[in-house]
Amino acid sequence: MGSNPSYPRTKRQIYEARQRRRANLIGGLSTAAVLMAIVLLVPLAPGWAAVKRVFFNGEVFAKTFPGLLNAFLLDIAIFLWCAPLIAVLGLALAIARDLRTPALTPLRLAAVGFIDVFRGLPVILVIYLIGFGIPGLGLPRPWNSPYLWGSLALILVYAAYVAEVIRSGIESVHDSQRNAALSLGLSGSDVMRFVVLPQAIRRVVPANMNLFIALQKDVALLSFIGPVEIFRQAGVYKSLYANFTPYLGAALIFLAITIPATRYADHLMNRQRKARS
Amino acid sequence: MKFLTTTAIVLTLAGGAQAQNDCAAGQTLRDGTLTIATGNPAFFPWVIDDAPQSGEGFEAAVAYAVAQEMGFSPEQVEWVRASFDQSIQPGAKDFDFNLQQFSITEEREQVVDFSDPYYTSAMAVLTTQKVVDSGIEPSVASLKGLLWGADANTTAVPMLTDLIGPDKQPMLYGDNVDVTAAMQAGQIDAALFDLPTALYLAAVVVEGGTILGQFPADRSENPDQFGLLFEDGNPLKDCVNAALANLKDSGKLAEIEAEWLQQATSVPVIE
Repeated sequence: MGSNPSYPRTKRQIYEARQRRRANLIGGLSTAAVLMAIVLLVPLAPGWAAVKRVFFNGEVFAKTFPGLLNAFLLDIAIFLWCAPLIAVLGLALAIARDLRTPALTPLRLAAVGFIDVFRGLPVILVIYLIGFGIPGLGLPRPWNSPYLWGSLALILVYAAYVAEVIRSGIESVHDSQRNAALSLGLSGSDVMRFVVLPQAIRRVVPANMNLFIALQKDVALLSFIGPVEIFRQAGVYKSLYANFTPYLGAALIFLAITIPATRYADHLMNRQRKARS
Repeated sequence: MKFLTTTAIVLTLAGGAQAQNDCAAGQTLRDGTLTIATGNPAFFPWVIDDAPQSGEGFEAAVAYAVAQEMGFSPEQVEWVRASFDQSIQPGAKDFDFNLQQFSITEEREQVVDFSDPYYTSAMAVLTTQKVVDSGIEPSVASLKGLLWGADANTTAVPMLTDLIGPDKQPMLYGDNVDVTAAMQAGQIDAALFDLPTALYLAAVVVEGGTILGQFPADRSENPDQFGLLFEDGNPLKDCVNAALANLKDSGKLAEIEAEWLQQATSVPVIE
């Protein structure tokens, strides 16, 4: 930057440009060498023909990909109805954990207990316990639906994570701000609402983005209790064709969503870092 | 003369144990041992108490009979466990053959090898007494309206579509246990299984479970035939097929079937 074409370049600028060119050249060459080695050497492995037929089978891919895309719609639907509920419950939990009124101690303790339990359990365990356990009590249809209880399991676990992230945001707002707001005559809840939360939530947006990317992948766990979403559909194809290629198709579909989302989260984080410094 | 010498050498090598017949000699993973894989866990009535080495249960008994035909004594049989995914993944296998109710299909045959069928299964509809009481009959028209479940790794999934064609998308699960859990929770009305598995689940696992009807084994379309699974191109396949043919001809296979799989003549046939 900053080099004005109307002036001759300084010696230093010429030197730096040459260094940059050299770095780019070496980087390009070494990347090309590694790629070439992979492309040329992997097919030489004795089992490559079998691996190619079972994992990278074009015919199976073409036959199963439309079905996988269709099943992915269910993943998106589950994500869309879970995400807002997770946000609401997570926020409520974070606020409950931060309560400072002595009379509300039971509520604060309940929030702490809830977060400890659901953050400490593997998601699949919660899905099994809630997805099969609660309907097993004898609820009539449609109240025993695996969609309903499976989603609830996801919501409970992810709300616990989101609550902790939001709490870290709340704690990042310095106490002096609360005291200042209180001294201006705002009530405790108004301080939270107008002073603390607007700053806290903005600060944890990138971290929450990461959680929602993780959620997008964990939606597939609902398949364990019945719904035929993309992961289960890929499993069915795998069994029918005795071929793992459908999993590759499913992986590509997930990546098509998660890579842009991750990049966006990175972008948000970078912007925030720049704004602070 | 040469045959005699070979036999003598094999006998010596095997240290006095029973010798393999000419076909199987040198074709197994480890000389003098037949390594057989089954599921983890292996389910009743295919293997009793998840203990295949006892030889009890239909598939355990078939495995030992095949071994004997090929000249392996029971002591020379070794059991290992392999999931469905392990069985179809490319690369060397740690078993000579694998039996866990693998249905033979054309698509699977492109990746692994199957023996000739050792059992042809009827498909049965497992449901609960409550559903039967609500007026469901063993007819395809009546079954279409039910909420269906199946084990996602089995050929029951395509058969459900082909034989019944349910109105609503079926629920699919990772194994038998999850299917029955969903049925118990009232999340599905009925599930499609091979008949022996369905009989066991109805009698022992599902509370109030019952068999609504069956698609008989000798139906012309979509028969469900079980085969022993081999690594693609395993030369042992021919020996096993010869052994199976002997077992069929001598009536031994039918005997084993009669001993371990109960006859379900009372189950109505679905029209």
